[in-house]
Amino acid sequence: MTASRLTGLPASPGIVTGPAWRYERRRLEITRRTGDGTGAEQRRLDAALSAAAADLDAVVEEQRTRLTPEVAAIFEAQRLMLADPDLLARSRREIAGGASAEAAWRAGIEHAAAALEALPGAVFRARAGDVRDVGDRVLRLLLGIAEPAPAPGGPAVIVAEDLTPSDTVGLAAGRLLALCTSGGGPTSHVAILARRLGVPAVVGLGAALAAVETGATLLVDGDRGVVVVTPDPAEIAAADTERAARAAARARADERAAEPAVTRDGARIEVAANVGSVADAEAAARAAADGAGLVRTEFLYLDRETAPDEDEQVAAYRAILDALPGKPVVVRTLDVGGDKPLPYVPLPSEANPFLGLRGARVAQRHPDLLRRQLRAILRAGAGRAIRIMFPMVGAVEEMRALRGVVDDVRRGLARDDRQDRTDLQIGMMVEVPSAALLADRFAPWVDFFSLGTNDLAQYTMAADRTNAAVAALADGLEPAVLRLIQMTAEAGAAAGKWVGVCGELAGDTAAVPVLIGLGVVELSMNPPAIAAVKAEIRRWTIADARDVARRALALDSARAVRALLADAGARSGR
Amino acid sequence: MQQAVLTLTNAVGLHARPAAKFVQTAVRFASAITVRNATRNGPPADAKGILGVLGLGAEHGHLIEVSAAGPDEAESLAALRRLVESDFGEDS
Repeated sequence: MTASRLTGLPASPGIVTGPAWRYERRRLEITRRTGDGTGAEQRRLDAALSAAAADLDAVVEEQRTRLTPEVAAIFEAQRLMLADPDLLARSRREIAGGASAEAAWRAGIEHAAAALEALPGAVFRARAGDVRDVGDRVLRLLLGIAEPAPAPGGPAVIVAEDLTPSDTVGLAAGRLLALCTSGGGPTSHVAILARRLGVPAVVGLGAALAAVETGATLLVDGDRGVVVVTPDPAEIAAADTERAARAAARARADERAAEPAVTRDGARIEVAANVGSVADAEAAARAAADGAGLVRTEFLYLDRETAPDEDEQVAAYRAILDALPGKPVVVRTLDVGGDKPLPYVPLPSEANPFLGLRGARVAQRHPDLLRRQLRAILRAGAGRAIRIMFPMVGAVEEMRALRGVVDDVRRGLARDDRQDRTDLQIGMMVEVPSAALLADRFAPWVDFFSLGTNDLAQYTMAADRTNAAVAALADGLEPAVLRLIQMTAEAGAAAGKWVGVCGELAGDTAAVPVLIGLGVVELSMNPPAIAAVKAEIRRWTIADARDVARRALALDSARAVRALLADAGARSGR
Repeated sequence: MQQAVLTLTNAVGLHARPAAKFVQTAVRFASAITVRNATRNGPPADAKGILGVLGLGAEHGHLIEVSAAGPDEAESLAALRRLVESDFGEDS
């Protein structure tokens, strides 16, 4: 095989070279459909079930130290599935009707998996895969087939169609150099797992990956989303050099993390942190964040019977502000919807919770909850640089009404003289396409816009981020999304309102030139990305970044935009 | 027969480990126990089967209705109530 280059989506950073090892989940073929008598078939099934249960116990025992709680829970559930009364009754009926043990068992498993697939929540649908996984374990025993996927003999790059959590358990220890999958998107399970394990990953490589055989040498570049099949020695050497250069660049970036991020032509870009707890705010301070660009307040509201009272909220917001002294903090009001309703915020069960009552739409139906939160934010922020941000705003009328509520709450507090010299700004998330399209109409009612690129991409592309089949479409670098960012940035600039980004895209160094070139002046991200993003900003001039942005806007796909950004990054000396 | 209506206040609902714990608790009792998702107005499922319990699609904030009939029906409901109200012990 000669060298070839496959392009996918970067899912976990790092560059590595190693042998491919193909992971395949084959559909097990059943040839014997009718049984040798009810008693004999039932005994075969019972024996296979107890052997499978013993195997599962052994897996859990053997992997005890390596299993994360999520993965351990999957095995625990699979163990219970082997004893499920409905499943066993269905298999028994099939056997009584003349089926072989294997045909009866598969019928029961498929019925159970199909029932879970019909449920509305993605987490429940994902359990259908776990049902089939344990189903196959029993079938292999009945069919006398050895273990499905022998682990690779040594360190290897795992190549697969897609990987379930159960698949990855056997792969992780020391033998995993990188992960490459045909399916999936940057937010899919494989991507999250790879980032946690700290191994490079490229997903969404498409059908071309099918041609890669076990043993082929692969060069995996998780930063650029590129896989080179049978690279030549020069390419391997270049990758080694690059790996060393990236490590050195990371060390340099860390050294200068505390300095402001200023472009080569003197434009200051604020690099802030996304925060979901007081501990996160402390991590943000350690990472030298310029502020908090997104404080998710759900941590105060989830997992409890009643709403947090005002004083409890004041204490939490104050702790976050104290962790970042003198720095601006953007607090987003409660952002929940029908997919995660709270006991004290009754919401109807909806067919489409992501298109239903959520974010500010919920707040308007629960004015007491909103006013209590606003009072708490304003009290905690008295005398500080505090920003209030509303999620899921799609209509100008909503923003006008919300602004009115803030003004009203402020008036109530002003009488208590609680907020002298407060540097207060009111803004909104831009995650509904209508908000970007009408940004000029929203501008009079806000002091800033913050683009939630994950949801903006999902709503613009009509692609559910949690649905693996379409997740790759929900990419913030899609030109359609970039044009909405441009519209927002231009409307903001014309009205003198600043525009930031608080989605995943903000922490992606490759996206820096296109975002600052479009006019974004604040990037908010998970704290570990801050040093690298600041370093990237320092390498650009606004003029060059504008040129990159202009070219990106004229492209057809996120894939083409990534190729442009990789090229632009390389040419500017990365 | 006795019944209890419980609100799922843990983060993930009857999924993952909480679903497993629910079943493991139910099987300790002799009574016949069923559970249904009242929020979705779904049909009852056997509380002693993991597939039926997962199949409720019971998420954070949903109401579940547990019914028990048998010699230890009161104890079984009390145990399941404690489990749900403690947010399934540790995790979620």
